[in-house]
Amino acid sequence: MSERDQEVRIRQRLSGLSRLPLLRGARVEGESERLERQLERLQADTSDEAIWRSVELARHPDRPYTLDYVERFIDDWFELHGDRGRADDGALVTGLGKLDGRTVALIGHQKGRDVKERLDRQFGMAYPEGYGKAIRVMEIAERFGFPVLSLVDTPGAYPGVAAEQHGQGGAIARSQAEMARLTVPTVACIIGEGGSGGAVAIAVADRVLMQENAIYSVITPEGCAAILWRDAGEAKKAAAAFKPDARHCLELGVIDGVVAEPEGGAQNDHDAAALLLRAALVEALEELEDTPGEELRRRRRAKFRGMGVFA
Amino acid sequence: MSEARIDVQVEHRHAPPPAQTTHPNTCPKCGSHYRNDELAATLWVCGHCGHHFPMGARARIEWYTDAGSFVEEAADVRSEDPLDFFDLRPYAERLSEAELNTGLGEAALIGQATIDGHPVELSVMDFTFMGGSMGSAVGEKFSRACDSAVERGVPLVSVTSSGGARMQEGILSLMQLPKTVCAVEDLHDAYIPMITVMAHPTTAGVLASFASLGDVTIAEPGALIAFTGPRVVQQTTREKLPDDFGLAEQNLRFGHVDAIVPRAEQLEQITRLLRLFGAVA
Repeated sequence: MSERDQEVRIRQRLSGLSRLPLLRGARVEGESERLERQLERLQADTSDEAIWRSVELARHPDRPYTLDYVERFIDDWFELHGDRGRADDGALVTGLGKLDGRTVALIGHQKGRDVKERLDRQFGMAYPEGYGKAIRVMEIAERFGFPVLSLVDTPGAYPGVAAEQHGQGGAIARSQAEMARLTVPTVACIIGEGGSGGAVAIAVADRVLMQENAIYSVITPEGCAAILWRDAGEAKKAAAAFKPDARHCLELGVIDGVVAEPEGGAQNDHDAAALLLRAALVEALEELEDTPGEELRRRRRAKFRGMGVFA
Repeated sequence: MSEARIDVQVEHRHAPPPAQTTHPNTCPKCGSHYRNDELAATLWVCGHCGHHFPMGARARIEWYTDAGSFVEEAADVRSEDPLDFFDLRPYAERLSEAELNTGLGEAALIGQATIDGHPVELSVMDFTFMGGSMGSAVGEKFSRACDSAVERGVPLVSVTSSGGARMQEGILSLMQLPKTVCAVEDLHDAYIPMITVMAHPTTAGVLASFASLGDVTIAEPGALIAFTGPRVVQQTTREKLPDDFGLAEQNLRFGHVDAIVPRAEQLEQITRLLRLFGAVA
């Protein structure tokens, strides 16, 4: 298929989105305009190579992490530690701060920059305690009417013995349930790897955004290849098959928008990446802030309940 | 290139050991072998050691419900192949094969019925249909079961048995987690009780969504209930696993399920719970 054909196909699919019942409640006024803009941004090819490039950029060791963004656009940052039960999980950072003058509750995965920090933060793979902490902070946000921002960047929830014993599955389910109950505006952005349940646990938001080189997937390419191809070395093939890149996620109606990155990827210029992300988050919040809380919640649930393709 | 990757799963590079090749009617615990009719007569429980064999969705519904009371809903919901997914074989082919082999349209069956006279909504998963994996169709069926329970004001009894999200539907299968969670939240808001029975195995995406949100959660003896299964935990972390890692018994000890109920007592306990929650409408 030529690039031109592909573009036409995507245009058709995008224009069809608003009519599909699967997106009921998800489309608001101005949405098609936004899609138009994003289409332009996404005119890069989506060959298997390009998908794999996204996977590599999403995992780039110099890519900005949650705290790099916090440092650049959250004022009066106060980090909140601990789930008040068992531990403080460094893989998931939470806190309060000001974004563009308003207090927000921020939740984000943090991978760690050097080897020691990566080990301390389990490479951004959270324990149930991390999701417990996220739930606690969401409850504060709900009580005081603070919008919730979440920045997703994890290969997945931590796959260890203690994590299982402490109830990893239940913690992820309850974190999603808490997000489905909130009556404050919620915006999530995948800023690197959106790996499986560990990612969606904090991404049940009114607006789900994705940076253009981020990935969002049901399993890591290596995990998928190990199961379906019986060989983790086939990760590239697996990624090409399940298409975790931003463009496909947008096409499938899974995300609401794509956030541009500096030329070559966010790792090249943290400041520029932060400016672009900040603008997108503020824009999304401004769109949501006038809607009554009950209505936000109703639309949020309707959006997620409309997801999927079946006959 | 390779240094640009933070890959925590490189240890998966070696192919996993081949799946067990014993006959499905041979007890993996004690080696006793049964005919189909023998197993059917004992609710698919090994008469020698008490091992619970996997039980099909139709057999379970027939057992739980009052004769002739089950009316299936959303029977025509089928999976699509939105990604044109192709691994070693096309997804579409795997789907038709599963349908042929199991006689089921999808990995979940939903419908209305009565249990000992109590009207209920049922959602029952079947592991034999592509490992009970949850794609868009399963997510939709479970969500519709929630809606139907709310509409009729009856409790929802949900039986889970699943390997997790269905990879062949990519990100859309991951979205079935928040989808089913939102459906359960609508159920909770309507004060409709949800009783969950976790059968072997209840893992990954299904455990990390609706399966964990029941008001009362019952597990079957020996069922694997884990977000990450023992093989992946072992390969990824190289930790030494406890003997009962991820099993129902460990989950009870750590407080993740309310009770372990063998099949012989299950109907009685479910009926008791239905009495306790009472008529909701």
